[in-house]
Amino acid sequence: MMTFSLWDILRNLLNGAALTAVLSITAFVLGSLAGLAILFARISKYRAPRAFAKLYIEAFQGTPLLLQLFMLFFGLSLFGLDVPAWLAACLGLMLFTSAFLAEIWRGCVESVPRGQWEASASLALTYGEQMRHVILPQAMRVAIAPTVGFAVQVVKGTAVTSIIGFAELTKTGSMIANATYQPFLVYVLVALGYFALCYPLSWYAQRLERKFHAPRTN
Amino acid sequence: MAYQFDFTFIPDYAGMLGQGVAYTLGLTVFGGVLGIAIGIGGAISRLWKIRPFDGLYQCYVELFRNTPFLVQLFLIFFGLPSLGIKLVEWQAAMLAMVLNLGAYSTEIIRAGLQATPKGQLEAAESLAFTRRETFFYVMLRPALLKVWPALSSQLVISMLGSSVCSQISAEELTFVANFIQSRNFRAFETYFLTTAIYFGLAVMIRQLLGAIGRYAIARRAAS
Repeated sequence: MMTFSLWDILRNLLNGAALTAVLSITAFVLGSLAGLAILFARISKYRAPRAFAKLYIEAFQGTPLLLQLFMLFFGLSLFGLDVPAWLAACLGLMLFTSAFLAEIWRGCVESVPRGQWEASASLALTYGEQMRHVILPQAMRVAIAPTVGFAVQVVKGTAVTSIIGFAELTKTGSMIANATYQPFLVYVLVALGYFALCYPLSWYAQRLERKFHAPRTN
Repeated sequence: MAYQFDFTFIPDYAGMLGQGVAYTLGLTVFGGVLGIAIGIGGAISRLWKIRPFDGLYQCYVELFRNTPFLVQLFLIFFGLPSLGIKLVEWQAAMLAMVLNLGAYSTEIIRAGLQATPKGQLEAAESLAFTRRETFFYVMLRPALLKVWPALSSQLVISMLGSSVCSQISAEELTFVANFIQSRNFRAFETYFLTTAIYFGLAVMIRQLLGAIGRYAIARRAAS
């Protein structure tokens, strides 16, 4: 029988935590790019892309991440594709992230006063120029805090990918807990691992929020 | 040969799916009611810095908001027995839902209480409201109405998140789906149907809570 020292447990968990971090960053970066595309569709002048983006966002916000992963995992295999767990995890989290970020960013774009659109239009700026020079810079300022805040949700979301067999922090934890018969210790360490990844982001998001939204004094 | 979709299994399992839906809704309602109760307590002790509860609540809120629900569930179900606390699946699932929603509602309700305009407190004082009256009618009730939309969407998020309770074999909707697809080998169809049911539940809860919120606001305006 193999025995585990505390160091063995920690070493394996740290490997898992590294994979969680990599998956989170990948999902967040790819999700941001896809989210930007969805955002432009959502605020488009034309009806069809708007309707598509709305449906996309509602579908991902109204269903559990776990089932999105299951559908992807089993849905793609219907087409004869053999989907490895890591690919399904990345793809699923990317789609999930893009839907939420698009909706967060839409709120930020809409928070830019209408007068800014009108003023820039009266200066004969094209749609692209309006976006590039007037709307997006102002929307981005508002968007930073909630975007960092959402990154916490992405990191926590990666835990669900353990269920489809991706060996990140939670899955590593389960396997070690089963091998060492020390579930309490192992899951406390796993929780601390997530806390170490998420808390700095939460803290930073809160600080940004205070910086950009000085509390209104009534 | 193209894949043939087959949804003919639905009637055979309709009863089971219904039970799964009831279980999921039970988790959500129970978690929502107790979670909001915990949240009110937490918001009060955080706002007025009632020791030692404010410190304890702060630790609790940060710990639960910065760790995944799945890990909280595993810690409660697999970890607590080594401390001598044994919970069966539904108890562990309920406890995890309550604690998770409690942490989020503490933060949400605290924000609502904090947003009470100072002038209203002064007005209440000048009308000789007691402290208790001021708290209930000037602070808590308007605060809850104000943050109701945030609480509602948190409840929907938690309902959707409860699907991971299937992993400790609590027999909610996703557990039922896993069971069905292990019997009929129609994984995609089963999960598609289940996803659609979750979507319906999310829309339904959102509408229902929205209607309750509008009713409460209308009643307040009338009184």
